[in-house]
Amino acid sequence: MQKSLNIDPSKCTGCLQCEMACSYENYGNFNPSKSRIKVFDFHHTGRKVPYTCTQCDEAWCLHACPVEAIKVDAATGAKVVLDAVCVGCKVCTIACPFGTINYVQDTGKVQKCDLCGDAPACVDACPTAAITYVDADWTGLERMRQWATRLDTQPHA
Amino acid sequence: MAWQRKILRVNLTNGTCTPEPLNMEWAQDYLGQRGLATKYFCEEVDAKVDPLSPENKLIYATGPLTGTMASTGARYSVITKGPLTGAIACSNSGGYFGAELRFAGWDMIIFEGKSAQPVYLHIENGKTELLPADEIWGRSVWDTEAILKKKHQDPMIRVSSVGRAGEAQVLFAAIVNDLHRAAGRSGVGAVMGSKNLKAIAVRGTLGVGTIRNPAGFMQATVAAKKVLANHPVTGQGLPKFGTQVLMNVINEMGALPTRNHRDVQFEKAGRISAEAMHEPRPTDGKPNLVTNQACFGCTIACGRISKIDETHYTVLNRPEYWGASGGLEYEAAWALGAATGVGDLEALTFANFICNEDGIDPISFGATVGAAMELYDLGLIKEADVGFPLTFGSAEVLTRLAELTARGEGFGKEIGLGSKRLCAKHGRPELSMSVKGQEFPAYDSRGIQGMGLAYATSNRGACHLRGYTVASEVFGIPVKTDPLVTEGKPGLVKAFQDATAVFDSSGLCVFTTFAWTLADLQPQLAAACEGDWSMEKLALLGERIWNLERQFNNAAGFTGKDDNLPQRLMTEPAKTGPAKGLVSGLDKMLPEYYELRGWSKDGVPTPATLQRLGLPA
Repeated sequence: MQKSLNIDPSKCTGCLQCEMACSYENYGNFNPSKSRIKVFDFHHTGRKVPYTCTQCDEAWCLHACPVEAIKVDAATGAKVVLDAVCVGCKVCTIACPFGTINYVQDTGKVQKCDLCGDAPACVDACPTAAITYVDADWTGLERMRQWATRLDTQPHA
Repeated sequence: MAWQRKILRVNLTNGTCTPEPLNMEWAQDYLGQRGLATKYFCEEVDAKVDPLSPENKLIYATGPLTGTMASTGARYSVITKGPLTGAIACSNSGGYFGAELRFAGWDMIIFEGKSAQPVYLHIENGKTELLPADEIWGRSVWDTEAILKKKHQDPMIRVSSVGRAGEAQVLFAAIVNDLHRAAGRSGVGAVMGSKNLKAIAVRGTLGVGTIRNPAGFMQATVAAKKVLANHPVTGQGLPKFGTQVLMNVINEMGALPTRNHRDVQFEKAGRISAEAMHEPRPTDGKPNLVTNQACFGCTIACGRISKIDETHYTVLNRPEYWGASGGLEYEAAWALGAATGVGDLEALTFANFICNEDGIDPISFGATVGAAMELYDLGLIKEADVGFPLTFGSAEVLTRLAELTARGEGFGKEIGLGSKRLCAKHGRPELSMSVKGQEFPAYDSRGIQGMGLAYATSNRGACHLRGYTVASEVFGIPVKTDPLVTEGKPGLVKAFQDATAVFDSSGLCVFTTFAWTLADLQPQLAAACEGDWSMEKLALLGERIWNLERQFNNAAGFTGKDDNLPQRLMTEPAKTGPAKGLVSGLDKMLPEYYELRGWSKDGVPTPATLQRLGLPA
């Protein structure tokens, strides 16, 4: 069973623990500028929104890559960048409609979320469960539950 | 490791930026941030210096855990000689700026001298440059951040700056970062303004990778985060209600100073409380509070984000104030509200926005307005002096004065002197509710006796963040003590002061101490930092920092006589509530405190004490 990152912006406090966890997992240091998940702070509304790759089934980044450096991890469904193959041409960064694959100056490669091999570090680090890792077919379950509670209003005898 | 081992020395007179290695010997004795920067400051600056002269220095300092996954690792402090007090000043801020400075590879910045023209410091990792501030001088903190992000075409830049209040050298001007997080107290913003330094814009992409034992550190931080999550104050109370959870509690205790400390209970406290911030407004059906917000790395998230009612008189036809922004914390709500007798939550929120927009300390501002209102009530300030009547309880007066003071205009210039100078000018110095020139925060020392001693002995003037005995006297953390008695308080104050000095030097937030003791911090420091970081060493380190600050103040001319409270708190008993009939028992506590500290009867550390702490005589 594949799982997906499930993001609930209403629970995000903007602490950036997820960004630190991501950079620590992939680079061994605390460095939000290297994070593959980014929290956007819309200060005029007070909304904080974590954003990262949704692992498109029909992945534009993968199709656009001229050297086949992006592969599907069969177990997780994640689209994974093979550093040894990537030539840093950045075509994938143009192809991705969501901006979630980006170039890294230090390595000369691109990076994107790879679900940490089925154990996303951002999920463990999030203190408010704004980021969870759930059954890929049921990312709507929690929202369904919230609406369902509205129907559970009949008085009980 | 943990330290980046690099400081930046910026000579504003010569326009030079020079990297220097961090003094690692001092880091072992003073840790970082407050402690280490105070050590640098005391070594480099004559205690007698005029705070607003080029000879004063201004240090931005992070701690070894700033910018790490340790919960609350957001903090930086600004250390200087404070113009409001003439004492050592150390103001602490959260937000995202401090971590960014560390990610750029710097532990500290030392500013010295004075620039001939307004400038700002631009840092991009190792690239540092002073640039002309023409397009931001005269602008607010909010405008400054927007202009610099646009100019450098980088929305990820973090900015720490002064607003028009800092430029005008309002004596309680703050330094504000990330729009509404502030190094708020003692006038550090005035020092920055006096140096013609408008802002620091920083972008760091190097990260913090110098943790001694990364696996051990991750384990220690996870364990400590669990302690925060499981504690009722840090896990539930602060995220939901913020520090404002205190408003009704402290009012019921009869320890909410009201109308310049004439009263100890405020009849409108409920209207300006955390609960009121959650209440839907009759006008638009929405509550004042939009959401809570964390600073960098913080798993508590006590910050308040509020939105003002668009039909409120303060923002009518002023859409620039309709967005959500930093809302009321308890100290600000008290100072802007109870201290002035104003019970209009929206007006308080507006005044708070203004304090953030142009960088003034809402505590000293509100308390000074309260003092001015009393002087007006006594006929010592006339309507003609101000242009309008300074009536206790008037929201319009409060918000008008906020705008005037924050921009250094009109009667706001008088308010900007602080209550000590204002009251002295009108012949009633005793009406300034301050210690060493800095106004009290939101706890009346007649109803919470330990706080009287904490205020009187605080090295930066009256302050709740130097020894927060409220934790024990109100919340029973770590043990419950009776707020109405003086017995046992000297030891309690000393213990809180010393432990707080360690937290303030680590890069983490003192609010963790609702749930943590030094024993929770110690494993995180030990895993991150090279060297021995035993509990014994940390306890001694906190006491060493306290005594170093004290030595600076003594050298600056302060004596035991300045460890005092205004006459009102010593002679006018609380009129109502549980503390009715009580005055502060400071005189009973102070001698015992000096003895516990190993100080002479005049409040001077004895040679034996200095030797024990490894401080030079």
